[in-house]
Amino acid sequence: MMLIQIIRKFNLLILTLFVLSILSFSLVYLFPGDPLVNLTGLKDVSPETRQYLLELHGFDGSYIYQYWLYLNNLVEGQWGLSFSSDKPLWEEISQTLPASMELSAYALLLSLIIGVPAGFLAGFQHYKQSDYSLLAASVIGYSMPVFWLSLIMILVFSLQLGWFPLSGRISLLFDIPHQTGFTFIDIFLSDFEFKDAAAMSALQHLILPTLSLTIVTASIIFRITRRSVIDVMASQYILTAYTRGLSSLQVVFRHGVRNALIPIIPIFGMQFAVLLTNAMIVEVIFSWPGIGNWLIQAIYQRDYPAIRAGMLAVSTIVIIVTVCTDLFAKLLNPALTGERRAQI
Amino acid sequence: MHFKNANQLVRTIIAGCSAVAALALSGCFDTTLESSPVTGVIYCSEGNPTSFNPQLDTSSTTSDASSHQIYDRLLNFDPQSGKIVPALASSWLISNDGLTYTFQLRRGVKFHNTEYFAPSRTFNADDVIFSIERWRDKIHPFHYVSGGSYPFFTSIGLDDLISKVNRINGYRVEITLSRPDSSFLANLATDFAVILSAEYAQKLTQSKMKDRIDNYPIGTGPFKFKEYKKDHYIRYQKHQDYWLHDKAPQKLIFDITTTSSLRLAKLMTGECDAIAFPAHSELDTIREREDLTLDGRPGLNVGFWAFNTSKYPFDNPKVRRALAMAIDKNTLLEAVYYGSAVSAKSLLPESSWAYQSDTTETNYNPVLARKLLRESGIDEGFTINIWAMPVERAYNPNARKMAELMQNYLIQVGIQVNIVSYEWTTFREKLKEGLHDSVLIGWSADNGDPDNFYRPLLSCSAIESGTNRAMWCSQEYDSLINQALQYSEIEQRIEYYKLANKLIAEQMPLVPLAHAYRYRAHRRDLSGLVINPFGAIRFGDVEKQ
Repeated sequence: MMLIQIIRKFNLLILTLFVLSILSFSLVYLFPGDPLVNLTGLKDVSPETRQYLLELHGFDGSYIYQYWLYLNNLVEGQWGLSFSSDKPLWEEISQTLPASMELSAYALLLSLIIGVPAGFLAGFQHYKQSDYSLLAASVIGYSMPVFWLSLIMILVFSLQLGWFPLSGRISLLFDIPHQTGFTFIDIFLSDFEFKDAAAMSALQHLILPTLSLTIVTASIIFRITRRSVIDVMASQYILTAYTRGLSSLQVVFRHGVRNALIPIIPIFGMQFAVLLTNAMIVEVIFSWPGIGNWLIQAIYQRDYPAIRAGMLAVSTIVIIVTVCTDLFAKLLNPALTGERRAQI
Repeated sequence: MHFKNANQLVRTIIAGCSAVAALALSGCFDTTLESSPVTGVIYCSEGNPTSFNPQLDTSSTTSDASSHQIYDRLLNFDPQSGKIVPALASSWLISNDGLTYTFQLRRGVKFHNTEYFAPSRTFNADDVIFSIERWRDKIHPFHYVSGGSYPFFTSIGLDDLISKVNRINGYRVEITLSRPDSSFLANLATDFAVILSAEYAQKLTQSKMKDRIDNYPIGTGPFKFKEYKKDHYIRYQKHQDYWLHDKAPQKLIFDITTTSSLRLAKLMTGECDAIAFPAHSELDTIREREDLTLDGRPGLNVGFWAFNTSKYPFDNPKVRRALAMAIDKNTLLEAVYYGSAVSAKSLLPESSWAYQSDTTETNYNPVLARKLLRESGIDEGFTINIWAMPVERAYNPNARKMAELMQNYLIQVGIQVNIVSYEWTTFREKLKEGLHDSVLIGWSADNGDPDNFYRPLLSCSAIESGTNRAMWCSQEYDSLINQALQYSEIEQRIEYYKLANKLIAEQMPLVPLAHAYRYRAHRRDLSGLVINPFGAIRFGDVEKQ
């Protein structure tokens, strides 16, 4: 049974990625300009090189043949070159994407740490003073545009109070070689003399962008959790548990928490997509060297190969994360049927 | 019943959360931004350099990133006095006919030892010859590497001026000129005349990677190149064996930040130690803060109002003088430069060695102006055009506004003014054709030599090349500035420039208006950052407390 579930999810993943790759391939033709240039990122090539490239990418053959070669190149990491930097896109993306994922992951983690307990808190006390205050706070957090929030954070905590830096991932004085793309891991792996100071600098740079992202996401998670807790606590089996003489703590921990969390875990996964979008905006404001910042630059400079590859990379990540959380939720609670999930 | 217990649970959760939060917050606050064991200087620069060889580009972004950081020149300008001082050449001799220059080179100057190049010898005559021949000799193996365009040297004709570069011995080089030119030494001291390593070039030729020479630079300067990431940063490291001193910071980083307000914000939070080009509107913010310092000094530039002397009535010097008297320069300076400029008496700013402090300035005198105009047959209500350049430049940040103010002044003396402006490229083309009556424009010099002002702005040949906005051609003036170049003694040259100044003041082909300040802001704990009016920024002497 379980295996079938996994295979099913895996099929979904493959199918979606397939559609995505077709879309990104069609961008080669849909973007203005020469499709060959859009594909390879090589401008002003000699006629001989051009001929060679045309053959290499199958431009003399059918679209299907071209697509097949395109897929092969994608898998091999041959994503073409960026117009603006003339560097391989694969290399650029593998440097910027981890930065965005790092930021989103910390923000998601922090949102869960804040949002879920607060959601339970409000759920248990629903329609009381504390519930209303938390609810009100979440409405404010939820409705604040993330770019505005980031600017306010900079204004207050960087420029007025001077507590945190306002740009980048780490002070440029720390020359940490790029290995995994995740700052803290890179610091740990490096043979840098002052790892503590570097980690501290990285932490200071991380706080404001993470907080800006967290406030919005935590509000959403709080609201989802609260709703779920209220539903679960009102259900028959909870009431039955009470009548069986279990204490409140026993009821909450044995029956409440698990049942309230399981249906909403896939929704948390979906928040990752929203979070990544917000992260891109936050990156631009905090000059965070992530994929969002990079993509915006690519759009400004009409760097078509970069836009295509960046779009593909970001959507692939989002799809993989969504499918994985979905699968994870299934594994936690195999009993969940399609019908029950539809209510979420 | 169960609600009470739930409340208990809630309280436990709250207590737990606040404990975690308190821990997290205390972790953040116990260190300040400054306390770091790694030292270095971070400069927020305004853009990407095109390469790391200033020979190839006249843009100040490129020379800021390379000229004084990575390289040295044979000679330097002293940033305070503007005098030429020895650098890699420890002394030099000029032959009596002014045609042969012999340079004695400094011994024991070490090139950078980096991951991509390990020098086996110190600096000698071969490096000087290589560096000069690269731009001078069109068949030099490195001439066409990186495009083969050396704009500074070709614009001032230095490639034609030098007829021969000879090696006398390992530490003596002789340069022969085709005609005497006393601005030659000054040109060798500009940001662009840097000394490259011939040994490095040879090694690159062997490994067939010639084009790396300008992107992975090797020089003798206080910093060696480490890493460049476009749109992000440039990293430099201290050159441990720098010949001049050992006080350069361990690290130098250019944080490329194109937005001016973001540069200021980074300066305020301490993420940058110094910033390039603070906007005029931000100067007060910087002045207000105690932890920041704003340095400004008159730059090597001049903003002026030029009359088209080939047209009636501007062909009459009396009319030109009258118009010059009709405007109040000081008010213009306040309104357009917000006080960040000094009033110009002549073409040359104060930082030039040929500056003449006793030049007589035209005073604001509308009554006399009106009288002179009527005498010259200019009636009440006569209409002239003032062309105002459409772009912002240091020497004139708002030509349009200035033209509007002048409109009011000129109406007082009975002159109607039309303000004319085109898109910048068209503007310059039409200006070159001489379609204007008068124009508000200016000039920024590349080096400290006065010839760099006098020749391009008012000589007869500059009408052809399109920098003589007054279309003014005077044989007397041309012979004065040519004679000045025959002498290498500063005192003798100054005499000729004085005569030229006098001629300009009488003829008034253009009205010098202002020398704008160059600004640089840095944190108070940074010392030794001197504004170099003759070009690029220097970080070798900077110290951070």
